[in-house]
Amino acid sequence: MDFNDTKEEAEFRAEARAFLEKHLKPKGSGRMASSRDRVNMLEKAKAWQKTKAENKFAQITWPKEWGGRGGTAMQNVIWGQEESKFDAPTGPFAIGLGMCIPTVIAFGSDAHKQRYVEKALKGEEIWCQLFSEPSAGSDVAGLKTRAVKDGDEWVINGQKVWTSGAHYSDFGILLVRTDPKVPKHKGLTMFIVNMKQKGVEARPIHQASGGREFNEVYFTDVRIPDSDRLGEVGAGWKVALVTLMNERLAVGGSPGPDWAEIMDYARQSGTLSDQAFREKLADWYVAAQGYKLTKFRTQTALSRGQTPGPENSIGKIITANHLQDICNSAIEMQDHYGIITESERMPADAIFQQSFMWAPGLRIAGGTDEILKNIIAERVLGLPQDVRVDKDLPFDQMKSG
Amino acid sequence: MNFDFSEDQKFLAGEARKFLEAESAIPVVREVLNDESKAYSEGLWKKIAEMGWLGTAIPEEQGGLGLGMLEMCVLAEEMGRVLAPVPFSSTAYFLTEAVKLAGSDKQKNDILPRIVAGEIIGCYAASEGPGHPDPAHLSTEFDGKTLSGTKIPVTDGGIATHAVVLAKEGKGASLVLVDLSAGGVTRTPISTLDPTRGHAELTFTGTPAERLGKKGDGAALNDALLDKVAVLLAFEQLGGASKALEMAKEYALERYAFGRPIGGNQAIKHKLAEMYVKNEVARSNCFYGAWALSTDAPEMPEAAAAARVAASEAFWFASKENIQTHGGMGFTWEVDCHLYYRRAKLLAVQAGGPKVWKEKLVRALEQKNAA
Repeated sequence: MDFNDTKEEAEFRAEARAFLEKHLKPKGSGRMASSRDRVNMLEKAKAWQKTKAENKFAQITWPKEWGGRGGTAMQNVIWGQEESKFDAPTGPFAIGLGMCIPTVIAFGSDAHKQRYVEKALKGEEIWCQLFSEPSAGSDVAGLKTRAVKDGDEWVINGQKVWTSGAHYSDFGILLVRTDPKVPKHKGLTMFIVNMKQKGVEARPIHQASGGREFNEVYFTDVRIPDSDRLGEVGAGWKVALVTLMNERLAVGGSPGPDWAEIMDYARQSGTLSDQAFREKLADWYVAAQGYKLTKFRTQTALSRGQTPGPENSIGKIITANHLQDICNSAIEMQDHYGIITESERMPADAIFQQSFMWAPGLRIAGGTDEILKNIIAERVLGLPQDVRVDKDLPFDQMKSG
Repeated sequence: MNFDFSEDQKFLAGEARKFLEAESAIPVVREVLNDESKAYSEGLWKKIAEMGWLGTAIPEEQGGLGLGMLEMCVLAEEMGRVLAPVPFSSTAYFLTEAVKLAGSDKQKNDILPRIVAGEIIGCYAASEGPGHPDPAHLSTEFDGKTLSGTKIPVTDGGIATHAVVLAKEGKGASLVLVDLSAGGVTRTPISTLDPTRGHAELTFTGTPAERLGKKGDGAALNDALLDKVAVLLAFEQLGGASKALEMAKEYALERYAFGRPIGGNQAIKHKLAEMYVKNEVARSNCFYGAWALSTDAPEMPEAAAAARVAASEAFWFASKENIQTHGGMGFTWEVDCHLYYRRAKLLAVQAGGPKVWKEKLVRALEQKNAA
């Protein structure tokens, strides 16, 4: 056992590092982003994506014919590790390149691929994913947005929700109901939609955390040519599963303050000697290490050219609850003062307070705790699926609320 | 990145599993459980010695296989899965590692070859009463030549030929090696939560003994010994936790209630998913402990403690929720769930319980941070 790269991996890491050092600053070396920086963020992200594409670092595992590097899954992990050490503006492209474009490559026509893949890879066009709806979250196949055929076109009416980046996206992949007379999974169809056309309106959602990072998207008589359909009519669920399977192997660290941050705070505040705190700290360390080291196991399988086991499925269940628990404890350690959110008055710049309000969302986004446990139970342990009372019922006879 | 066992080590695990499932089937465990006069399975112990496993981490010059600690970890996990009712941990972890760590060449050459040959059985005697033994407050005393005092409970104390004893010596503590065939040793069998492993009270009255290492180094040597043993015990716990999850899963698939397998209910599915998460957290922390153990890494104190904390939690959770998943059947003597529940508790408190290891972990993090 060791944590070292193979010779080939070390060479690739060195090459990636040299490229990153040439173009970016290491994380934490600059000042905090001002509001003007945030406006410019999108332009910076596009420029960085273009640079990556020109140097074959944009999509490591994609085949060369689509502008990728034709690299291995392990190289992709190494790239992710190295890029995350730098101030790299990658956010706007994660969903498009990670999920949408692979779906276009899998199900689109040659014309689609020629039109969309290269522009997305070079950062010229941004994509979003339009699946969730107000009454279809965990049960996304219960979605209601309708598409009605009109000649060579489809007319779309309905509403999507929790769409990251909808307001700056150029295109999206859109899952809609084309036939309400058949059971829910069988009446869905996937389309490419131009987000800048008339009838598409993105409105920011005011989140419980106070921020406005996500959108709801309204479709009012939006017309999509039948030629922009991905897969057969009624085969949208199959297409959507491919999209969701393409979610990238997570390479990032934990999403907020962790055991080291709360240990620092405890030391500064003189509470590190508290026995109850020390026992919790040990548990947090064990959980954080468990998450980090489990990723090392997955990477080991990749490095050996093997298919990783299912162990990586534990990731978000651990991290989201872990974050919530640490933030809650930090606030309680601060007692009444802990309710203050003004960063200049607060230890650790109020990062515990900020993440406290972000954690509930993290436990829901990208699969709730409950859905993720279902997935582990069904796909890893082989337990039966839940009873589905709506399985064979035509969609228009289903109860919904 | 190479954070997994090698193909050879996995092969060893597979062979060990085949052997143990054939030889140490539950009836062997139950023979010890149901017969108060039995403190271990003598037949299985002989076969394990014949397989050469007792010499896995003993150097070739002392007759061992000269493999490493990673191979020991692999075997420990398999022993844990089948609840092997033998003094493997007492002999191959505690006694072997204590002699390797602190023994003189003479002691190594005397003891280790006889361990390999299956001629001696070890035990570790530290506890004297409720609470984790504090090397600064021991009543058992070593005067340089003889040992006096009482240790309780001592796992495998009734069958061991040699004991590693943590004792007071002068103002400090020492680790002491005792040949239990010497005079002045009284052994009293005692009942415990896990009757599949024998336990005894050992009373020493002027018993001849020899020190392992230097006078007064007992506390530090004991810490180093427990770090090593902790990783191996964590692998036994991991094996038990994995087996408990498999038992719960199999039962949830075959037991029908309300017209379908109970494993189709989310209350059961989520419980088993939580077991899986805890087991994987334990497995990853155990791997890190194995890495530190096999490389003598400076990270050993926190790696050992994290493995121990994670594996204790995983086995406790899996063993209790395995009973719960089995419902009323799980609370019968005939169904094996209670055997895992019992072993989970023994392994969790043997060599320091979760509270002790959490404190060790935080101290290690503090020291690392201060350095």
